[in-house]
Amino acid sequence: MNGIHDLGGMHGLGRIDPETDEPVFHAEWETRAFAMFAATYVFAGYTVDELRHDIEQMGPAEYLESSYYEHWVHAFERVLARRGIVTREEIDARVAQLAQGAH
Amino acid sequence: MPTHADRKEPEAALRVRALESLLAEKGLIDPKAMDAMVDLYENRIGPRNGARVVAKAWVDPAYRQRLLDDATAAIRELGFSGLQGEDMVVVENTDSVHNMIVCTLCSCYPWPTLGLPPVWYKSAPYRARVVADPRGVLHEFGVDVPDDKEVRVWDTTAELRYLVLPQRPAGTEHMDEAQLAALVTRDSMIGTGVVRTNGAPA
Repeated sequence: MNGIHDLGGMHGLGRIDPETDEPVFHAEWETRAFAMFAATYVFAGYTVDELRHDIEQMGPAEYLESSYYEHWVHAFERVLARRGIVTREEIDARVAQLAQGAH
Repeated sequence: MPTHADRKEPEAALRVRALESLLAEKGLIDPKAMDAMVDLYENRIGPRNGARVVAKAWVDPAYRQRLLDDATAAIRELGFSGLQGEDMVVVENTDSVHNMIVCTLCSCYPWPTLGLPPVWYKSAPYRARVVADPRGVLHEFGVDVPDDKEVRVWDTTAELRYLVLPQRPAGTEHMDEAQLAALVTRDSMIGTGVVRTNGAPA
């Protein structure tokens, strides 16, 4: 499928911007997003291809404006919801709790 | 895409914490196992692994041949295998060919030998430009490939991962395997760099 993810050859996306002495992760939440893959793919029964397919369903503007691990989180939610493991409503409710500082 | 200068915490930060707490409550994940996974990729798996593969290929012609014939098995000989390295192909730089790797569709990368990819490798500008203007991209990374040298760009997939075997620099004949491994950079195994001896232009 053609789409925004199919970036090869596209013009106008700006400079390549390598970071000197780049850390493996740039924020604590990225470590949680990274480890979520290994923690879930076996019991939930999905592959990298399925995860990537969900990333490719993002809106084009959102896709380009969000980072790698934001893409992952977007896809985890959908993969897990599709299997009935965690619903969108459960996540929204927990997000609201966490945002209020309730743990 | 935001660059590394953009440090604002996104909505996804909260959403992944919510997801983790829900899954832990349901008994489906173990946050401590997740911590161990992070530690593994932050501290133990990285380009030093790939550098050992390269240095061994430079000093051991039989190993080099095994690496080019069946990279997955040859890399496993050194103990590097697993997630995102299940099927490996090694492409060799020579006097006439310079190789580079990319994943135009996403971010596939050989984790067991190089660790997790840097942000620029996963970014839209690299993925877009390296297939259209590889020599221009190489120039930005400080590598100028002569016009009569072929540049090959390999587009990684979810199933197949490439690793570049860079050229051994001249003047390293006296070095042993460990000393050679110390010269090998991450970018030289992506193909956006070449291996240089300390301080000397390659």
